[in-house]
Amino acid sequence: MTQDVTHILPEELLLAYATGRLPEVFDLVVAAHVSISDEARARLDSFDAVGGVLLEDTAPAAMDAGSLDACMAMIAGAPPAPRPEASRSIFPAPLHKAVGGGPEAVAWRPMGMGVRQAILAETRGASVRLLSIPPGAAVPDHGHRGMEMTLVLQGAFEDEFGQYHRGDVEVADEEVEHMPKVIGDETCICLAATSDRLRFHSLLPRLAQPFLRI
Amino acid sequence: MARIREARDQAAFAELFQHFAPRVKGMLMKSGSDAATAEECAQEVMATVWNKAAMFDPSRASLAAWIYAIARNRRIDMARRASRAEPEDLPWGPEAEPDQADALAFQQESRALADAVQRLPEKQRTLVERAFFGEMTHGEIAEVTGLPLGTIKSRIRLALDRLRREMTRP
Repeated sequence: MTQDVTHILPEELLLAYATGRLPEVFDLVVAAHVSISDEARARLDSFDAVGGVLLEDTAPAAMDAGSLDACMAMIAGAPPAPRPEASRSIFPAPLHKAVGGGPEAVAWRPMGMGVRQAILAETRGASVRLLSIPPGAAVPDHGHRGMEMTLVLQGAFEDEFGQYHRGDVEVADEEVEHMPKVIGDETCICLAATSDRLRFHSLLPRLAQPFLRI
Repeated sequence: MARIREARDQAAFAELFQHFAPRVKGMLMKSGSDAATAEECAQEVMATVWNKAAMFDPSRASLAAWIYAIARNRRIDMARRASRAEPEDLPWGPEAEPDQADALAFQQESRALADAVQRLPEKQRTLVERAFFGEMTHGEIAEVTGLPLGTIKSRIRLALDRLRREMTRP
């Protein structure tokens, strides 16, 4: 399940992921995005080409005497890694693994107005969650304390910066204030990660914040 | 590599091990591992090369790049004490194979990239190396994105398009 994706993760964030420097909370979003967008995958894999060149040129560090034998013992009798199964749902493999199944396995919690969410991981204000937003609904106008990364898995949304369809990822930082609104007649399912709590402008969502844990 | 993939040839694996294991160990030591950890880790990386041989796609990666990626993932998993979310694997099916011409063209591009990296001024080259071996902070990394990766990227994209067509063929 792949398609042409308009909003690809910026190069420097792909590079940060490639080299293991992106905050952990965004790993799942990037892995899912790259699983859907072949353009993002090609960009990401082109960094490995550089890594390969550097590895080839690295001064070898002598291995211990029994090293090859130890490795041979490790591989002896080990069956080859099984062929991975292609994803069959709207969840690409890394998300399927994180959830422990497809969309039917998600423990959704209703948040009112037909919006549902499921927090997949949360540490010290950083979180990664699934959001399900019905057609026509909007997320209240908000800014961000840290970085927010939103990947569309189903349906589409629109804000001041453009339209986002399956596979598209929107990155928002402290400067960005937006009010994403679901477009089309399909429920919009997104995977979103934030490195810090969002900053809402109107009082009501701010009061609700501790409960929604956004 | 083909001998490892198709014939599970241990002699071919020993050759590969002699070439790459010391380089992987060197890379891991550069990224801050002590010698004993790097040694153990390099062995594991090479064992993974054997186990995942069928997933290697020469139309999308050089052998060195593929082994680099395995070592890099291992390094990150170690640092985080957990396995990082990685993109879905996209290997060729048991029957279908990548196009020979694609693989050849890719390996050529890969050599051109190697030349470009070798032509970098020493200071910049060191920066690139530190970025890829995981010693650099996020701020510094923005400086290393000037490498000519356009053609390599297009080659990978082309190979992915062919693979996707093959995967969806009834």
